[in-house]
Amino acid sequence: MNSPLAEAEITAVGVAPAVLEGRGLSYAHAGVGTIFDGVSLTVRRREIVALLGSSGCGKSTLLRVLAGLEKPAAGEVRFLGEALAEPHPRSALVFQQPSLLPWLNLAGNVGFGLDFAHQPKAARAELAERVAAAIDAVGLAGREAAYPSQLSGGMAQRAALARALARQPELLFADEPFSALDAITRAEMQALLVDVVHRWHSAVLLVTHDIDEAILVADRIVLMGGRPGRLVQEWTVDIPRPREDFPEAVSALRLAILAALRHSSQ
Amino acid sequence: MVANLLLPLTGLLAAALLWAVGAGWLASQTPVAASFAPLPAFEALLQLLQGRDLWTHVGISLQRVGIGLAIALVLGIPLGVLTGLSKWFSRSTTPLFQFARMISPLSWMPLAVMVLGVGDAPVYFLLAFAALWPILLNTASGVAQLDPNWLLLARSLSATRSETILRVILPGITAHILTGVRLAIGIIWIVLVPAEMLGVSAGLGYFILDSRDRLAYSDLMAAILVIGFLGYLLDHAARSLHRRWLHA
Repeated sequence: MNSPLAEAEITAVGVAPAVLEGRGLSYAHAGVGTIFDGVSLTVRRREIVALLGSSGCGKSTLLRVLAGLEKPAAGEVRFLGEALAEPHPRSALVFQQPSLLPWLNLAGNVGFGLDFAHQPKAARAELAERVAAAIDAVGLAGREAAYPSQLSGGMAQRAALARALARQPELLFADEPFSALDAITRAEMQALLVDVVHRWHSAVLLVTHDIDEAILVADRIVLMGGRPGRLVQEWTVDIPRPREDFPEAVSALRLAILAALRHSSQ
Repeated sequence: MVANLLLPLTGLLAAALLWAVGAGWLASQTPVAASFAPLPAFEALLQLLQGRDLWTHVGISLQRVGIGLAIALVLGIPLGVLTGLSKWFSRSTTPLFQFARMISPLSWMPLAVMVLGVGDAPVYFLLAFAALWPILLNTASGVAQLDPNWLLLARSLSATRSETILRVILPGITAHILTGVRLAIGIIWIVLVPAEMLGVSAGLGYFILDSRDRLAYSDLMAAILVIGFLGYLLDHAARSLHRRWLHA
């Protein structure tokens, strides 16, 4: 799947090319005022970036601007080097709610939209293969004919993840994807997310308010805070995976983030 | 399982018993009313089911239901979508719709006959007018309840306008439309019989009046049984359509 060029890029992770670049972004909403101002954020190829912040700090809005769903008041978003005006076909979204379409079965949901006019053209058989691989990767093989009403919350969120994977995204935008799940399912899903995006060679921009989730999942954590929102501080997480095996390093980082949070709110 | 069958059956039998007692009392006052009783009614029903007349009337009535429903769908779905999508349209039409839907469709009958002439046209008008409101209002609430993430998903897939409408919005509101259809069928079926009593020469409503004029009271009671049973079947069909769509 990877060209020799792509392999060469992977060996030099530190300087991997940017998938997504937001520069000098600000966004204002009528009646609410400026939500964030002067935000610059880069996500590199195959990198998992957690955008961490308290509820209402504007991180979800920033994600929507970076995904091309909202236009910034100022600044520019580039995806794979090109200015972004609308959602890029090589990006995919996962929300807090699975938002599966109840009239389609699992396979129909995972494959939804792959045949839309503005999507890259692919043969029907290849699309079916991509759908099957995505369903298999999230552990739902054999449930292709099940309808959303027949899936548990955790299974539905797996299906939503598969729907994103089937698009072979260069970048996966995930907005609090696991915060509606119970703690045990959430831990499973966090491990699954890291596993599948590594196998799919995707980068991830994960918006979360959960410090532990950010530490367990991300390669890099960006803290957002203030009013209007700005990026406060950034950490590179170089703890080996699975990170549950390194409790001291995890709690040291946790304390550092908590301290930064306290400073940013003062 | 036994209770599932036994209890409804008991209710039906009790009603038949009351019917027999009532008819017996009526017959003691006016002897001709004896043919209102259950036994003659069921005998008449058997006769009618074997003949061709009843089936013709049933067929014509069902066809009218279909046409009335189709007109209501063609008008109600776009109006409902517009009501659900546009605050401006919704605000300017809601009082009118709430006002209009509370008028019994049969009140329009004299006007309908005057404008559309005697025949099928005013019947279609009345049925469509009766069915329009539940379809329109349910479609509108379906649009209002669309999951915003579905639309976001469509946008993230760079869906064209027609892809968004055909692949997300219409299937997304179909369950609500089917709820509207079920309510509409209930109303249409109730309006149908009186509507067919005016100016048409076939259909179940006409058959009831015709039985009365022929003093064939057992036929009349048989027709009432058929109307109830068909209405039950129609409602059941609409319900199962709704269930099948939702895979619940």
